[in-house]
Amino acid sequence: MKIVVLVKHVPDAQFDRHLTGPGNTTDRDESILSELDEYALEAALQLSEARGGAKGGNEVIALSMGPAGAVNAVKKSLQIGASSGAHLSDDALAGSDAAATSLALAAAIRYLGADSPVDLVLTGMASTDGETSLVPAQLAERLGLPQVTFASSLDVDGDRITARRDGDAHADTVEATLPALVSVTDQINEPRYPNFKGIIAAKKKKITALTLADIGVDAAQVGAAGSLTAVETAEARPPRTAGTIITDEGDAGIKLVDFLAAQKLL
Amino acid sequence: MAKALVFIDNPGAALKKSSLELLTIARSLGEVAVAFNGELHDDVAAALGAHGASVLYRPSAADLDDYLVAPKAAYLAAAVAASGAGTVLLENTADGKEIAARLGVKLNAGVITDVVGVDADGTAHKSVLAGSYTTTAKARTAVAVLTVKPNSVDVESPAAASTPEAVTVEVPSDATANAARITGRAEKAASGRPELTEARIVVAGGRGVDGNFGPLGELADALGGALGASRAATDAGWIGHDYQVGQTGKTVSPQLYISAGISGAIQQKAGMQTSKVIVAINKDAESPIFEIADFGIIGDLFKVVPQATEEIKKRKG
Ligand SMILES: Cc1cc2nc3c(=O)[nH]c(=O)nc-3n(C[C@H](O)[C@H](O)[C@H](O)COP(=O)(O)OP(=O)(O)OC[C@H]3O[C@@H](n4cnc5c(N)ncnc54)[C@H](O)[C@@H]3O)c2cc1C
Repeated sequence: MKIVVLVKHVPDAQFDRHLTGPGNTTDRDESILSELDEYALEAALQLSEARGGAKGGNEVIALSMGPAGAVNAVKKSLQIGASSGAHLSDDALAGSDAAATSLALAAAIRYLGADSPVDLVLTGMASTDGETSLVPAQLAERLGLPQVTFASSLDVDGDRITARRDGDAHADTVEATLPALVSVTDQINEPRYPNFKGIIAAKKKKITALTLADIGVDAAQVGAAGSLTAVETAEARPPRTAGTIITDEGDAGIKLVDFLAAQKLL
Repeated sequence: MAKALVFIDNPGAALKKSSLELLTIARSLGEVAVAFNGELHDDVAAALGAHGASVLYRPSAADLDDYLVAPKAAYLAAAVAASGAGTVLLENTADGKEIAARLGVKLNAGVITDVVGVDADGTAHKSVLAGSYTTTAKARTAVAVLTVKPNSVDVESPAAASTPEAVTVEVPSDATANAARITGRAEKAASGRPELTEARIVVAGGRGVDGNFGPLGELADALGGALGASRAATDAGWIGHDYQVGQTGKTVSPQLYISAGISGAIQQKAGMQTSKVIVAINKDAESPIFEIADFGIIGDLFKVVPQATEEIKKRKG
C-alpha cells in the first residue's frame, strides 16, 4: 500500500503566535510538526505495519509544503517511521490560502503517484494554525477521491475502508473504496515518539525536494497571487488579564453568585 | 440586486436559530434564496418566507444524506448556478465547512470559515490563532462562500414576508460516483440542555471532577446552561467526546464560561478564551486558567459548585 501523509510545519501553540507582513500571514519561526498530523502519521504506520511494512511493499511518504524550515516536519516524520519524504517549497507559495494550498498539494500528490499509484492520502483533522479543515475536503475534490474525514477509527480490508465519524447528534459508519482521502481526529490512536533507532535510521531516508516547476503548477495559481481570499486587516486582541481571585473560606459559592448577579448573568 | 443563497441541510421540524441567523445576514447582502436538503415541512417553508426567502431550491435526489459531503456540494453548486447568487452562506459545522470547501473548488470561489460577522460589502470578520487576532477577509472571486458561527448576529425578520417559489435543482448524475457512503448511523441521546456551541452559558469540568459531573450538571441546569468538558475528562470516559471544548473539540464563545477542575492548557483555552466572562474554580492557585479568569476561586469544586447552585436556586425561587 502506498500512503501519502500530509505533515504541516506550524507555529508552536505553546508560544504567542503572530500574523506578520502585508498579507497578514502566520509567522513561522518556532514551528513544529502539527500535533494533529501525528495522528495521521500513526494511522499510516499502523496500516503499513499490519501489511508487513516495507518488506510487504508498503510505503509511507511524508509530504510537507512550506518554506525551508518545513523540511523539519518531514524529518521528524521520518524519525517517527515514515519511509521517505517530500518537501514542496517555492517562494511563490508564500501566502497561499486553502484553495491555493490544496491546488499545489494535489499536484504534488499526483507527482508522487506518477510511478505507482497512491492508495491513500492521510491528513490530520485540521492544521493547528489555520484550523479551517478545508484542505482535506478540497484535496478530495481536486483528486476525485472519496473523502472520509474526521475519522475516529479506520479499518482497511482489501480495498474497502470503514471508518467511524462522530457528529453532534449521531455517530456514522462511513465506507469507501481505495484510493481515498482520509482525515483523522485525535481520538483515533496514540501517536508514537521517535526513538533512538528511528532517529539514526531517518538519516538514511530520502527526502525529495519539489518546486512548482517539478509538479507543473504555475506561480500565478498559488501564493497570495493565486489565493481566492485575502486577509485585509488583522488586529491582535488585547490579551485577557486576570480579574479578581479569591480563596474559598467556606462562602466562595455565594461570592460567585454575587459576582454573577453583578454581571447580570443570573 | 445582489443575491445571497443560504444552505440549510435538513431543516427538520422547526428552523434552528443558527439558520435564522444566516437568513438575517443574507438579507443584509441582497435578495435571499434558500437551498435545502431533506424534508421540508409546510410551517418551515412558511417560516423561510417570513424570513425573506424568495426562492426555495430542493434537490432532485432524495439520497444525499446517504453519502458524506460530496454530493451535497455538487447539488449546492448547481443551486448557486440556478440562483446567480454572489454569496453562499452555510453553517460553521464540520459538514458545513467541508461542503463549503468542495463548493469553493467547484466554483473557483473563495471560502472563509469561522465567520462571526459579515459587512454589506461582503467583508467577513473572524478570529484566528485561538482568538489571539481578529481579522477581516474578503473573497476575491465572483462568488464568496462563507461559513458562519452560531450567535454571530441577532435574528431579525423583515417587514414583509414573501411566499417563496419552489424550484427543483437537478443533482449532477456523477455526484455520488466518488463519494463515501454512510452505512450506519447511531443516534446519540439528547441531553435536554442547550446545544454547547449555541449556549449562552457553559459550565465545563475537567480532570478535577474525578468522574462525577453531577454537581456541574446541577449548576448548568440552575443557570440554564450547557455542559462542557476538557479532553482529560472526555478521554477518561466520564462524559462524551461531544462535550469537549478546545482545539480538537468545540469552540465556544458564550456570555459566561465556568471552568471547574480544569488546569487551562493551551489546547483547552483555544476553545473558550473568547467567552465574554470566564469564571474558574480550581484547587491549585498556580493553574494557568487563573491568568484569563475574570473571577477565580481557589478552592474545591465539590464545595464551591453545590453551594453556588443552592444559592442560585434560593435567589431564583
Ligand atoms: C493535539 C492535542 C489536542 C488537544 N485538544 C484538547 C482539547 O480540545 N480540549 C482540551 O481540554 N484539551 C485538549 N488537549 C489536552 C490538553 O493539553 C490538556 O491535557 C487537558 O486540557 C487537561 O485537562 P484538565 O485541565 O481537565 O486536566 P489537568 O491538566 O489534569 O487539570 C486538572 C485540574 O483540576 C484541578 N483539580 C483537581 N481536583 C480538583 C477539585 N476537587 N476542585 C478543584 N480543582 C481541582 C487541578 O488542580 C488541575 O488544575 C489536547 C492535547 C493535544 C496534544
